[in-house]
Amino acid sequence: MAALTSTPKVAIFIPCFVDQLVPQVGQAMVRVLERAGCRVAFPEEQTCCGQAPFSTGYWDDALPLARRFVKVFSGAEAVVCPSGSCATMVRRFYPELARADAGLRRELAEIGGSVFEFSEFLVRRMGITDVGARFPHRVAFHDACHLLRELGVHEEPRKLLRAVRGLELVEMAEPEECCGFGGAFAISMSDVSAAMGDRKVRNIEQASVDYVTSCDATCLMQIGGILSRRGGRARAIHLAEILASDGEATKQA
Amino acid sequence: MSQAERIFDRVASQAARDLPQQQIVRNSLATYDRAVGAGKDRFADWQEARARCHAIKAEAVAHLDTYLLQFEERVKARGGHVFWAETADEARDYILDLARRRGARLAIKSKSMVSEEVRLTAALEGAGIETVETDLGEFIVQLRREPPYHIVTPAMHLRRAQIAELFRQKLNVPLGAETAEELAGAARAVLREKFLSADMGITGANFLIADQGLAAITENEGNARLTSSLPRVHVVLTGIEKVLPRLADLALFWPVLSTAGTGQAITCYNSLIGGPRRPGEVDGPDEFHVVLLDNGRTAVLADPERREVLHCIRCGACLNACPVFHTIGGHAYGTTYPGPIGAVLVPLLRGFEAFGHLSYASSLCGACAEVCPVEIDLHHHLIRNRRDIASKQLRPSRERRGLGLWRWAATDVRRFERAGNLLRRLMRFKSAAVPEGGPLDPFRPWTRHRALPAAPAESFRQWWRRERAQPAGRAEKGARR
Repeated sequence: MAALTSTPKVAIFIPCFVDQLVPQVGQAMVRVLERAGCRVAFPEEQTCCGQAPFSTGYWDDALPLARRFVKVFSGAEAVVCPSGSCATMVRRFYPELARADAGLRRELAEIGGSVFEFSEFLVRRMGITDVGARFPHRVAFHDACHLLRELGVHEEPRKLLRAVRGLELVEMAEPEECCGFGGAFAISMSDVSAAMGDRKVRNIEQASVDYVTSCDATCLMQIGGILSRRGGRARAIHLAEILASDGEATKQA
Repeated sequence: MSQAERIFDRVASQAARDLPQQQIVRNSLATYDRAVGAGKDRFADWQEARARCHAIKAEAVAHLDTYLLQFEERVKARGGHVFWAETADEARDYILDLARRRGARLAIKSKSMVSEEVRLTAALEGAGIETVETDLGEFIVQLRREPPYHIVTPAMHLRRAQIAELFRQKLNVPLGAETAEELAGAARAVLREKFLSADMGITGANFLIADQGLAAITENEGNARLTSSLPRVHVVLTGIEKVLPRLADLALFWPVLSTAGTGQAITCYNSLIGGPRRPGEVDGPDEFHVVLLDNGRTAVLADPERREVLHCIRCGACLNACPVFHTIGGHAYGTTYPGPIGAVLVPLLRGFEAFGHLSYASSLCGACAEVCPVEIDLHHHLIRNRRDIASKQLRPSRERRGLGLWRWAATDVRRFERAGNLLRRLMRFKSAAVPEGGPLDPFRPWTRHRALPAAPAESFRQWWRRERAQPAGRAEKGARR
């Protein structure tokens, strides 16, 4: 992998649900990347990685979105995404989709290695753990499944969190157990998904933290949605928002 | 929607609300997790062991034809019989016919999931042949007239008090007999009589050793050893995929199976059986039969993409790691093989039409593949199953249309943005107009259980355009920071 320039030009990939439902996550990521010295671009032709049709079985519907992604992001020095799941789609699942498409396979070989999840990019690629943030709260980290098991990212977000001023990082019980979101699973097996989420939330509550954070806004939508129904103390917040924080009152995700 | 799917949805939803039941399973798994953690530490390199197991199974499965014939030849040379059963019916009929011809009145069984797959017990009992499970867990669920809950620990869903109560009712065990020793003793007293009077013993096999023609049986209670040696007739009923090329492979597979299955370095009893009693031997059966079951496995074998699903050694690790299994339990699946391996394998063996829904019963978290000791890429096979199920148009048309629409929108950024804006407007309107999670809420499948985030007025891309796309705005923003 080529070394990054000192002010790397970073194309950001904003997942569709971040774009529409939690834009503050994308905005926070932009602030952190710029503070870290990146020149940030948002290719406006981007839409969605296609994971929803892919993991539901509709590969024909996902394939044009994969083709679109490589076209939109081709030539980028680095593509950074505030989601382990969408980064997984590009790095792990596009090659599987492209089995019958040699052209796409070639393009993927060029671009796949430059696609990163946000925390992975900061720590592994830029070598940064302290982004100068301040967040004086007790925080637990939830390992999102794709980030952990498909991309092998475990320590990176924790390193970033430990470097945040005032932040106390607490390990909850079973941090690596699925929150139950699972895309369409959250809807098609709603009761089971919610029961899995309840267990996750009980573990968070037992850790008596102010915030639970993660690298994926979808997990946080599940966890935060259950936390908010239960009316407890803990709130869900994306890692990028913590890293962008200067310790002033935090706007809720 | 198949009948099986309707039942599955209902039972899974009920089970998801049954926290006390989930706690029983979790408690049992906490013990398992500790033992397995320590067990893996005994290996110099557990990941390397997994990789080697994968390679050996790949070799075995790729040359199944050669190895099975080798196995058959060796067994026959010792005077054993080998029957190739293409279907569950053929396997069942062979064993039933054999039992009748030998005038069997009592058959004993040691633990065998393949015997569950072919519904052997019901067939034997239907023919008037008393059939008794001799594995303690299987014995318990047989008394309860229910299928095994788990492929390794069939009674893990029960508390000891429930088993004590069951034994009081069915075995006339006195009140107050509650300890594990007392309960096991009560079962032993019943089973000892059965071992001594059985006419036929039926076991499974954990591995078939091709180069020696031996069935390898792993257990902790000694019941399989008695089942295979005391009755006049011993039948091994097993799947064709259980083959290992060489006896030496057991040096790896025995400890790997026991570590992944229970956390033991090696199980208490390990037997290698390859034929009837020979002249001069003091024990062993007069007759030895091996029934090799296909029942859909060769169709999996024929598909290079799925072949590795046949590597499974039935250790149960993927069930134990699966948060969906923890939540809905083993019985909800309604199949012989529950959990992740069942969700992958059963639709492949028994058809997507009836069982495809199982491949959707997963959040795709990947905990199963992470623990699989033979490195089966389980959760990715679920996605491949889903691909084949969707392409056969077996999914609800609503879903197909919805995702087609998604693609239509997402292949054009203007359409995509308009759709997003519309969605946010709908969310803002509905949160003002209808109670969240109520019957009129269009987002009810989500909001029944969780709050929906408040839709923002501005999307990320609108913000970006406003703040960043114009040079003037950008400079000003930069100065403010």
